[in-house]
Amino acid sequence: MRKKELRLVVTFHTTADAMAMEKECKENQVNGRLIPVPRSISAGCGLAWCAGLEDKDTILSMMDQVGIEHEDLHECMV
Amino acid sequence: MIYLDNAATTMHKPQAVIDAVVNAMNSIGNAGRGANTASLGAARLIYETRERLAGMFGAESPKQIVFTSNSTESLNIAIKGLIDPGDHVITTVLEHNSVLRPLYELQEKGVEITFLESDEKGCVRYGDFEKAVKDNTKAIICTNGSNLTGNLVDIQKVGEIAEKYGLLFIVDASQTAGVFPIDVKSMHIDVLCFTGHKGLLGPQGTGGMYVREGLSVRPLKSGGSGVQTYSRKHPKEMPTALEAGTLNGHGIAGLHAALGYIEETGMDHIREKEQFLMRMFYEGVKDIPGVKIYGDFSSYNRCPIVTLNIRDYDSSEVSDELLMTYDISTRPGGHCAPLMHEALGTVEQGSVRFSFSHFNTEEEIAAAVKAVRELAEE
Repeated sequence: MRKKELRLVVTFHTTADAMAMEKECKENQVNGRLIPVPRSISAGCGLAWCAGLEDKDTILSMMDQVGIEHEDLHECMV
Repeated sequence: MIYLDNAATTMHKPQAVIDAVVNAMNSIGNAGRGANTASLGAARLIYETRERLAGMFGAESPKQIVFTSNSTESLNIAIKGLIDPGDHVITTVLEHNSVLRPLYELQEKGVEITFLESDEKGCVRYGDFEKAVKDNTKAIICTNGSNLTGNLVDIQKVGEIAEKYGLLFIVDASQTAGVFPIDVKSMHIDVLCFTGHKGLLGPQGTGGMYVREGLSVRPLKSGGSGVQTYSRKHPKEMPTALEAGTLNGHGIAGLHAALGYIEETGMDHIREKEQFLMRMFYEGVKDIPGVKIYGDFSSYNRCPIVTLNIRDYDSSEVSDELLMTYDISTRPGGHCAPLMHEALGTVEQGSVRFSFSHFNTEEEIAAAVKAVRELAEE
């Protein structure tokens, strides 16, 4: 297993929100990728956006700007 | 074969649609189920298709586009999810059974329904909508175009009436989506129901609905969603709220390509070609003795459908003769539009429907005109 790092993990209510996030991040050249929601955050399933903590402000302002609805923001070892 | 049953399904699909389905069947996983490459491939394709449909209909967001298997499913979700016992609904005799039967079910549970009559050409009278509004009226449910006559309903006008009285406006766009411009905002549409396999040129088994942002529709189904596994309730967020179970990813891949094709070709170009062929056929048969045409042809801006009867011949026999002698595919009978047939007085005889695609040719239309003339002369 890869070594875990403290990273930013954004969760969403629906897959459509996660896909919108991926698309906007790509268009706005924001780093990160979709991952399965880590067990430490939720016992459910679904997609989450995972990025470096250093990108947190950029990500938050971009989500705000383009109107992406997220469920929660986490900083966790993934 | 000369295929003139495009109002049932557009049989001739763009090659890009066929290729996209094959590619998808070789590559995509289950959207929203895991984050593996194949699953993400499906999720991206489906999301892009939502975006294209949202763009086509002027939806607030791709999240307001829900995928279903056809118009019937969309209409069932809308009608059963928004109308309660004690509510009154206004609809028309132009409707298809996919509107009528869910409404009849609700009628048995205490929903009041007004069916607006048509005139002798099968057109709605717009003044009737306002006259039918009552204190408990919840919604107007109507088609954008009759699948039997091809008559259009001006949904801009009806939408304004719905807006004026604060009613929900549910539109059946089965015969118009992909061919006629629809703007849910300016037309005040709360729910737009469409199928993917007619004017949208996608595969059968694809369809969907637009639901206005903020409008909560009681789901018909609950189940797998790919999110919130341990919640006992199905997620309420759109579009997941109305999409329990695995989506038809392979079909949606085809629909994705079809929407690309329509954008490249131009909806106006497609419609103009279809209406040109319809006009050519109509003008070729309208003066043949013994041919009776149904519907309003005062304008050629109508669905590309010509429905007729020859003398008192049973429509099934005429359709069968067209097939066996001329290799022309049409649709006889009742067309799932019982009230429209009652209004036109064609319940017993049925009628023969010719419906056109922009893939049809002038030679095919000429052959169909000739066939009708020969049958009428027999």
